[in-house]
Amino acid sequence: MFPIKGESALLLAIVFGFVFGWLLQRGKVTNYNVIVNQFRFKDFTVLKVMFPAIIVGGIGVLVLTNMELAKWHVRDANMLATIIGAAIFGIGMVLYGYCPGTGVAAIGTGSIHALVGAAGMIFGAILYAFSFEWVRANILSVGKLGKVTLPQIMHVPAWTIYGALIVIAIALFVWVEKRGR
Amino acid sequence: MSQQQLHQSGGRLSGRWSPYIVGVGIGILSWVVFVVVAAPLGITTAIGQIAGGVASPIVGADTVAANAYWRTNVMKLDYGTLFLIGTFFGALASALNSKTFKFESIPSVWQERFGSSKTRRFVVAFIGGALAMYGARMAGGCTSGNGISQSLQLAVVGWTFLAVMFVSGAITAAIVYRGSPSIQSGEK
Repeated sequence: MFPIKGESALLLAIVFGFVFGWLLQRGKVTNYNVIVNQFRFKDFTVLKVMFPAIIVGGIGVLVLTNMELAKWHVRDANMLATIIGAAIFGIGMVLYGYCPGTGVAAIGTGSIHALVGAAGMIFGAILYAFSFEWVRANILSVGKLGKVTLPQIMHVPAWTIYGALIVIAIALFVWVEKRGR
Repeated sequence: MSQQQLHQSGGRLSGRWSPYIVGVGIGILSWVVFVVVAAPLGITTAIGQIAGGVASPIVGADTVAANAYWRTNVMKLDYGTLFLIGTFFGALASALNSKTFKFESIPSVWQERFGSSKTRRFVVAFIGGALAMYGARMAGGCTSGNGISQSLQLAVVGWTFLAVMFVSGAITAAIVYRGSPSIQSGEK
């Protein structure tokens, strides 16, 4: 029965995207101020969304894979490319005020500058395509670890890491809520 | 939550749901997509494909077809592209439903620091979007594809991305907003 492929999956893509966009808007991560203020440590909304998404999503997917209802989709860790890419991404996200997903959603909430930044995203993707061969030869090829996970490299069970994440999240958010951020 | 806090959050960000609940919702959505379509949440692969379509009339279809990146990332109305379209409409519907849809060219936190020039905001938004996309393509995903979908699987690529982008963003924000007043997230 699952996974569904073909045209039905395309219809579902719109449904799932719709739910995702709705949630981002209700969480107010489609708001420039909310995103930028996370990086200024003045508003922790972004982390309040991301931590539960990772923990709840992760534990569920772990259970589902154990039940053989889902498969893992771990991607290659090309360390140099991930580190340089993420560093560039962080600069871009603060200047844009959105990440790509929240930017697309923010256009739907009426953000004109999110639309301008989306044009910038297209431009950035074009630049990437034209520099791709060089990046592949010189950056993507450095520090290839393969499809590795934290439990593998740390030699601890996944449950231990999810447990640690829950403890870290609770401690962080108790601290954050006390300060009204 | 005290009455005053309720009033503040209601007044500042009307129609908002608890971000924790939203996060749990995205986590549950991840279960569904892992099982039903075996395609983790992601955004930038589709934007990379669309860029090929946009570039085609400018640089020529032959150039795009011969490009090593676009050869394997062909623009088509596939799952990722339709997910992107769904994201736009979901946010639009939610904004209309909660009566928070509002055209915005200059957000208040930006205006406080850089004034009310639309050109300045638009130029920086364009550059920021370009950098975010370039970085996301190099890293293989953005906050959704790497930050959520890979991190929830405890993948090394996801957590490396999250840690580095957060430090980089915090440094950027400290530089860009140095000396700026500690303004609240504001209306909308």
